[in-house]
Amino acid sequence: MSVLVLVETEVAGQGEPGLSVVAEETLTFARGLPGDAVDAVLVGHVGLPSERVLAQCREHGVRTLFVSTDAQLERYAARAWARVVDAGLQGSGAAYLIGGGTPRGNEVLAHVASFHDVPMAANVVQIVQSDPLEVERQVVGGAVLERIGLGGELAVASVAGHAVAPVPSAEPTQTQVEQVAVQLTPADLAAQVRRSEVREAGDTSALTGASVVVGVGRGVGGADRFTAAEALAERLGGAVGVSRVVTSLGWRPHHEQVGQTGSRISPDLYLACGISGAIQHWAGCASSRTIIAINTDDEAPMVTKAQYAVIGDMHEVLPALLEELG
Amino acid sequence: MTDVLVCVKRVPDASGEVVLTEAGDSVDGRYAGYTMSAHEECALEIAVGIAGESDGEVTVLSLGEEDCVEQLRAAVAVGAHAAVRIDALADAFGPGDVAAAIASAVREKEAGGASYDLVLLGNDAADTGDHQVGIRLAHLLERPVVAGALTVTVAEGRAEVRADTATGTEVYELPLPAVATVLEGGVQPRYPSISGRMRAKKTPIEVLEPGVEPRGNGRLGLRVLPPPDSQVEVLGQGEGAAARLAQVLRELGVVR
Ligand SMILES: Cc1cc2nc3c(=O)[nH]c(=O)nc-3n(C[C@H](O)[C@H](O)[C@H](O)COP(=O)(O)OP(=O)(O)OC[C@H]3O[C@@H](n4cnc5c(N)ncnc54)[C@H](O)[C@@H]3O)c2cc1C
Repeated sequence: MSVLVLVETEVAGQGEPGLSVVAEETLTFARGLPGDAVDAVLVGHVGLPSERVLAQCREHGVRTLFVSTDAQLERYAARAWARVVDAGLQGSGAAYLIGGGTPRGNEVLAHVASFHDVPMAANVVQIVQSDPLEVERQVVGGAVLERIGLGGELAVASVAGHAVAPVPSAEPTQTQVEQVAVQLTPADLAAQVRRSEVREAGDTSALTGASVVVGVGRGVGGADRFTAAEALAERLGGAVGVSRVVTSLGWRPHHEQVGQTGSRISPDLYLACGISGAIQHWAGCASSRTIIAINTDDEAPMVTKAQYAVIGDMHEVLPALLEELG
Repeated sequence: MTDVLVCVKRVPDASGEVVLTEAGDSVDGRYAGYTMSAHEECALEIAVGIAGESDGEVTVLSLGEEDCVEQLRAAVAVGAHAAVRIDALADAFGPGDVAAAIASAVREKEAGGASYDLVLLGNDAADTGDHQVGIRLAHLLERPVVAGALTVTVAEGRAEVRADTATGTEVYELPLPAVATVLEGGVQPRYPSISGRMRAKKTPIEVLEPGVEPRGNGRLGLRVLPPPDSQVEVLGQGEGAAARLAQVLRELGVVR
């Protein structure tokens, strides 16, 4: 009995592609499941895995890394990618299929679960017991945890971002690479990305990868009042993130939204200015290492949940802070 | 003419405090109220736009008890033409069951002469966040599906779907009939007009049987996370706190 992990890669800067942080978290989570081995499946890369990916797999105790080099997989098609994962399942004989709770992770896993008509639990945060398997997962935007039983021949689950900290395995392995062949049908490729348009300004990867995020909520008071927050983000080498009210008012684009229906971020510092800290916003920023709130209301949830707070008008505090920082 | 089916869910409004029922097995929305999932409001907006351009019709569907008629009428008030309720205890239905019940309703309606060129759903419901109903439905109906759509447009029998990624937009083109799950953010849901509200009151709600024996989702219990003990250190008030705040930022090592 083994565990198969769908891993995603990311390219950091100019370097070789490596496993994403979420993939490393998911591998760490997978090692906590009952089973005698962890295998992984890599999709979407035409060609063999990079040396960096292999090193990370070894570090995480991966026994076999299943890959497909089919050129038809170059552009994303969830159902076609799911076929590769399925081939990995057959190769490994896994009883558990785990992936990151990312848009791609959830989508591909849902296809695999549909192929087999088995349950899938999204956004799992912890294993409650192994036999029979019970897990807890986030529902209601993270405000509530649901305990569910995941029995059956194949259990499919996505792991919520930052549910576990990524740690290397105590027993590194010699990862075997195994190429899988898939017979893709036109139906598998019917919903495939035709073209990608790169956004010129406001790359969200800057937001999700930033070490400092200056969060701005309704308290900013208008689309034209972001100057100080932007200047601070620039000064700290970070990015601006906003609450949903700010995007629904049309003050900033949706890709800057942090929260349940926006991006999940985990910066070293989240400086939340004029944000109340509703649970759906919290779902996106809870895993920040340090949170500082600037708010006129000393009872706002963001203030009570933060490590540090300044009580006051962000339009007075931020310019004064910028002056202090020089 | 493009006819669109939009699936919406009645969910507890969780923007305030979340309270569980006494039995602890579901979220109690009696005080906070109920609403439609945010993603589905956007799906509905997209559907009304697509149907409006081609003289097509929007049918809105919800699986639930009598009370989800409130969300169906809200959908009619912003432009849906017809409403269908699958009569079922929503809590007993896991995501696979919901997909199967919707598929059964689609087949029943299509056997009666309807045809849905496009089925739109929310990417994930605001309460259960399952991320799979639309995809399972597409498999059951044997139609292509894209998840996480921000916008959908239809031309010449094909749908163009745009979805966000970390670095930009991905564009898909699907042959119709197709399924898409919608994410909030690409369109702004409209408000109901007075005439829309009037129409909503009068629109008949068709009731269908689920045609599925639910298997459930394996729920064993729920718990609300206790609020963390407040450990906040207040650095000061107003601009007078700036010096101390700057000092903390330096201590945290985030000042370059
Ligand atoms: C299904 C669903 C999904 C959602 N998803 C998200 C999501 O992804 N992200 C998200 O953010 N929200 C989301 N929400 C909305 C969420 O519930 C809140 O409504 C939203 O986060 C509130 O935004 P806000 O804090 O900016 O505004 P408000 O709640 O209006 O708070 C404004 C805050 O600013 C303070 N303030 C006012 N003036 C000033 C000033 N001059 N200086 C300093 N402070 C000031 C006030 O004291 C207050 O605390 C979702 C809701 C639902 C139902």
